[in-house]
Amino acid sequence: MSQWRQLTREGLWSNNPALVQLLGLCPLLAVSGSVVNALGLAIATLLVMVGASTTISLLRHQVPSAVRLPAFVMIIAAFVTCAELLMAAYAYPLYQVLGIFIPLIVTNCAILGRADAFASRQSVLPAAIDGFMMGVGFGAVLIVLGAIRELLGQGTLFSGMALLFGPAAANWQLTLVDNYQFLFFILPPGAFFVAGLLIALKNAFDQRSATRARPATVTPRSDRRVRVTGTIK
Amino acid sequence: MSMMHAAQVGAAPSTAHLMRWVIVATLPGIAAMTFYFGLGVISNVLLAGLFALGAEALIVTLRQRPVRPALWDSSALLTGVLLGASLPPASPWWLIAVGVLAAVVVAKQLYGGLGHNPFNPAMVGYALLLVSFPTYMTLWSPPQPLTADTLFNQTLWAKIIGSLPPATLDALSGATPLDAFKHKGEAVLASEFWASQPLPEGTLSAWRNVALAWLIGGLVLIAKRIISWHIPVAMLGSMMLLAALFYASDPSHFASPLFHLLTGATLFGAFFIATDPVSAATSQRGKLIYGAGIGALVMIIRTFGGYPDAVAFAVLLMNLCVPLLDIYTVPRPSGHANTATHPAPKEPL
Repeated sequence: MSQWRQLTREGLWSNNPALVQLLGLCPLLAVSGSVVNALGLAIATLLVMVGASTTISLLRHQVPSAVRLPAFVMIIAAFVTCAELLMAAYAYPLYQVLGIFIPLIVTNCAILGRADAFASRQSVLPAAIDGFMMGVGFGAVLIVLGAIRELLGQGTLFSGMALLFGPAAANWQLTLVDNYQFLFFILPPGAFFVAGLLIALKNAFDQRSATRARPATVTPRSDRRVRVTGTIK
Repeated sequence: MSMMHAAQVGAAPSTAHLMRWVIVATLPGIAAMTFYFGLGVISNVLLAGLFALGAEALIVTLRQRPVRPALWDSSALLTGVLLGASLPPASPWWLIAVGVLAAVVVAKQLYGGLGHNPFNPAMVGYALLLVSFPTYMTLWSPPQPLTADTLFNQTLWAKIIGSLPPATLDALSGATPLDAFKHKGEAVLASEFWASQPLPEGTLSAWRNVALAWLIGGLVLIAKRIISWHIPVAMLGSMMLLAALFYASDPSHFASPLFHLLTGATLFGAFFIATDPVSAATSQRGKLIYGAGIGALVMIIRTFGGYPDAVAFAVLLMNLCVPLLDIYTVPRPSGHANTATHPAPKEPL
């Protein structure tokens, strides 16, 4: 049970693929322009990650280590093809919007990274849990990034959800500011900017909880170095 | 040039001294722009300067650093003034505020504050605005006499409430000479373009006189030894060289070197933007390469890129190269082996 908790915590927070490992940044930054795009890619990535991790763990004794990376990429590509076909079948408008970024899930290093670092050395159950949690962690960052960029870029939330959920979702859009557009946040530079802020926020949160857990130790006066950043006393 | 003279010993001027001289040197340029483009220019500069001081005070307080020295060195004020002088006269207040926040808070203080920012803060603010709000950033109304500045009365309210009435948009939108020439079309020869009187009366001479006013301020800075000649000379030299090459290859489709020199932000950028002591290269050879790179990029983007002017992007791109330039152009102290280009001879065993 403790392994469950550890894998969950690592995937969602302490070893989050997007905020800590900084893997898979290309889709993360390119597709997070709105919530619906982010959600679509998050679901597809999650599917691929669980499937690939499970399969790679099953085949870990059969794949010679010299050719493991090509083999993993083939397995990942097979699952990406499945995800792509599923998406074309059930969410065709979104499939058209995401375009090249669905096949590009193959090159998402977060998936290959977990396959090589974790799934190829673990039994099936932990590998599947790890794939699921990493996928959820990646997807959560993707969706938060999409929400922030959509809000700051065009003043709406959940616009175009009909692309994914059909006509029933047509009126889900929340317009918070009318006639508002701030192109920077829709364009790729805005993605880098917001992603950087999210990483800083996570680190600030971690530092704060670390100092709260452990009372600050007083450094001896002689050990102090000249500081050029942080607090000047 | 590969060997430098010993440094002259003297009292180093303070940062505040330098920054204030640069602000003083912007006055001719700002005065000329106000003369031709109306009171909107000077209100931009004042608003941007005010916002910059406010933003600096806010972020310095958040960073728990002393506020008074940060404001007193005038670097934030200078960033605001330079950004304000780059904006179109009818810019609403929020446009100025967004640009200043990007410049002072993000480009300067989030990277560590004065002396640590790799990118020119004013140009980060300008580039952000140009990419985000193209409609507002191209509102360069045709020049008109200051005495009959009717547009200012119309736009003052818009500047305060933040949105322009659609009726005034037409009166405000006018192409800058660079913009007009860029969009003349492939089929139109340069001679036909100029014969067709593409710009309102006096537009070209207004931009030329503004550019010359910036040149006066720049020469003052060089005479007062606030900036060295290397970056402006290298930037203008490489620009003129490339422009002359293009012009010589096909005068009917490329603009003349003089046109490139006296329109747009060329002279303003060469003396006031590219010379920012924090984000520019530091060694003399480095400054020459840095300036020449900016000049070449300006010409390439102006000629083949999507934007009519390119000083902001060229400066930001060369800012990226500065760490590399600084490594490879370390000056050789007198009497030392030139380790940068020749590896030190191996010690005999």
